Amino acid sequence: MTGSVLPPAATARAPWQPSAVERGRMAYRRRRAIFSVLIAAVSTAVVGVLLTVAVTGAPGWDRVKASFLDWDVAKESLPEILHGLVLNLELLVFCAIGALAVGLVVAILRTLRGPVAFPVRAIATGYTYAFRGVPLIIVLYVMTLGVPGLRLQGMPSTLVLGGVALVITYGAYLAEVFRAGIESIHPSQIAAARSLGLTYRQAMRHVVLPQAVRRVAPPLLNDTVALQKDVGLVSLAGPIDAVRAAQIQVAETYNFTPYIVAGVLFVLLALPLIGVTDWVTLRAARRQGARG
Amino acid sequence: MTPVLRCENLRKSFRGNLVLDDLTLDVAEHEVVALIGASGSGKSTLLRCVNLLEQIDDGLIHLDGEHITDPRVDPDGVRRKIGIVFQAYNLFPHMTVLDNITLAPTRVHRRARTEAREQAMAWLGRVGLADKAGEYPDRLSGGQQQRVAIVRALVNSPRLLLLDEVTSALDPELVGEVLTMIRELKGEGMTMVLATHEMGFARQVADRVVFLDGGRVLEQGPPEQVFGAPQQPRTQQFLRRIVEAGRL
Ligand SMILES: Nc1ncnc2c1ncn2[C@@H]1O[C@H](COP(=O)(O)OP(=O)(O)OP(=O)(O)O)[C@@H](O)[C@H]1O
Ligand SMILES: [Mg+2]
Repeated sequence: MTGSVLPPAATARAPWQPSAVERGRMAYRRRRAIFSVLIAAVSTAVVGVLLTVAVTGAPGWDRVKASFLDWDVAKESLPEILHGLVLNLELLVFCAIGALAVGLVVAILRTLRGPVAFPVRAIATGYTYAFRGVPLIIVLYVMTLGVPGLRLQGMPSTLVLGGVALVITYGAYLAEVFRAGIESIHPSQIAAARSLGLTYRQAMRHVVLPQAVRRVAPPLLNDTVALQKDVGLVSLAGPIDAVRAAQIQVAETYNFTPYIVAGVLFVLLALPLIGVTDWVTLRAARRQGARG
Repeated sequence: MTPVLRCENLRKSFRGNLVLDDLTLDVAEHEVVALIGASGSGKSTLLRCVNLLEQIDDGLIHLDGEHITDPRVDPDGVRRKIGIVFQAYNLFPHMTVLDNITLAPTRVHRRARTEAREQAMAWLGRVGLADKAGEYPDRLSGGQQQRVAIVRALVNSPRLLLLDEVTSALDPELVGEVLTMIRELKGEGMTMVLATHEMGFARQVADRVVFLDGGRVLEQGPPEQVFGAPQQPRTQQFLRRIVEAGRL
C-alpha cells in the first residue's frame, strides 16, 4: 500500500465518488481515446485515396478490370464454382475431424512410457518426422495415383484417397501441436493427480489433456484454416473443387474473373473460422492473464 | 503397535546430489510430526518419496507395516492411502473447486457422484468455503486454495496426511485459517507429517519436531525440547538464524 492521496474517510462513509485526481485521469484517457480514433480515421482515408488513385490511375487498369473484374462473367461462373465449393466444404469437415483425431492419438502415443510401448512410440515419432517433411503434393500423388495401382479389392475412390493423404499430412502437424500442449502442462499437475491415486491414464484424461487441448486450441484452429485452403489440392487428382471449377470457367471465357470469385468465396468461408480462432485466442489470453 | 509410517535408512540423490542419506524416521498413529530444516535439506523430497512420487536409491518405507518400496507394490494403491498437499497449491485450474475435490472419490474410489458431492460440500462448509464450490481455483485467495487442496486430500480418507509447507505462500491471517484447520484435524486423530519453515506453527501443532540436516535426522523431540534446548550445534545455529529473521 502506498500513501493515499485522500484524507482518511470520515466516520460516516459517503458512497465512493471519484476523487479529483481520478476524474483528471478519466478525462485524460477519454481525450486520448477520441484523438486515437480521429487519427485512425484520417490515416485510413488518406491510405484509401492513395491506393485507389494508384490502382485506377495505372496505365493498364482498364485492361485488368476487363479481364479480372467482369461482373457478367462473375455471375455466370458462380454456380459452377459454388458447386465445387461444396466439395471443399465436405472434404474440410471430414479431413479436419480425421486429422484432429489422428493428431491427438499420435501425440498421446508419443507420451507413453515403458519398454512395452517402445515400438508404438517409435512408429508415432517416425510418422510425425516423415509426414512433416514430405510435401503434401507428393503424398497426394502417391495416394491417388500410386495406391490405386496396387489394384487391391475394394479400393476407395480417388476422393477418399485424396482425403486420406490430407489427413495423414495434417495429422502429423497437429500431433506436434497436441504434444506441445501436453508438454506445456507442468509436471506438478501430474504429480498432484497421481498423489490422489489416479492412474497415469486417468491423470492424462482428466487433468492433462483437458488443459493441453484448451491451451493449443488457437494453433489447432489456425492449422484448420490452412487445411481449408489445401483441401482443394485434391483436384490435382481429378475431383473438381472450387479452384478447379474456376479454372475451367477461365478456360471457357478467356477471362480471369472466376479466380477472383473463387478467392472471395474462400475468404468468406474462412472468416467464421478465423473469427472463432481469434475469439478462442483472446479468451485463452484473458484466462492466462487473470492471475499472473 | 506398528507405526503408521516407518522410513529405514533412506537414501535419495539427484544426479550425484545426495539429498537423503541414511534417514530413519517413524511416525506413530495419531502423531503429528513437523519436519524442519534449511531450504534444500530434503523435506519435500522425503514427503515425495513416501508418496512414491520419487524413487528412492536405497532403504525401506513401510506404511501400516506394509513394505511399499517393494517394486511389486502398486503405487496407485499406496497413494490412495496417503494424502499429500504440496508447497504450491496444485489444484487443477480447469476444474471448479467441487470438481477438484470429487475427482478422486468418483474416479479412483468409484463412489457415486451425488454422494461424493455431498461429502465435498460438507467439508467445504466446515472450512468456510461452501460458497466457493463452483469457483475456479484462480479466483480464490491463496489461503482458500490451500484449504481446498487439503480438503481434496482428505475426502479420500487417507491413513496419513503429508503437508508440504502449506502456509509458506500465505500472509499471517491466511496462515491462521489453514492452521485452524490442521489443528482440528489433529483433534480428530489424523496422522500427519508436515514440512514447514513456520516454527511457531510447528510448535503449536506438532507432537514431535524433526530437524533434517545433511540428509538425516540430526535432532528430534517434543517442540519445547527442540526449540527450547537444542542439543546439536547445527540445530542451535539454524534456530538462531530463524530467530534473527524474526520467524520464531
Ligand atoms: N526433481 C529434482 N531433480 C533434481 N534435484 C532435485 C529435485 N528435487 C529436489 N532436488 C534437489 O534436492 C534438494 C532438496 O530439495 P527439497 O525440495 O527436498 O528441499 P526442501 O527441504 O523441501 O527445501 P525448501 O524448504 O526450500 O522447500 C535440493 O538441493 C534440490 O535442488
Ligand atoms: Mg520443500
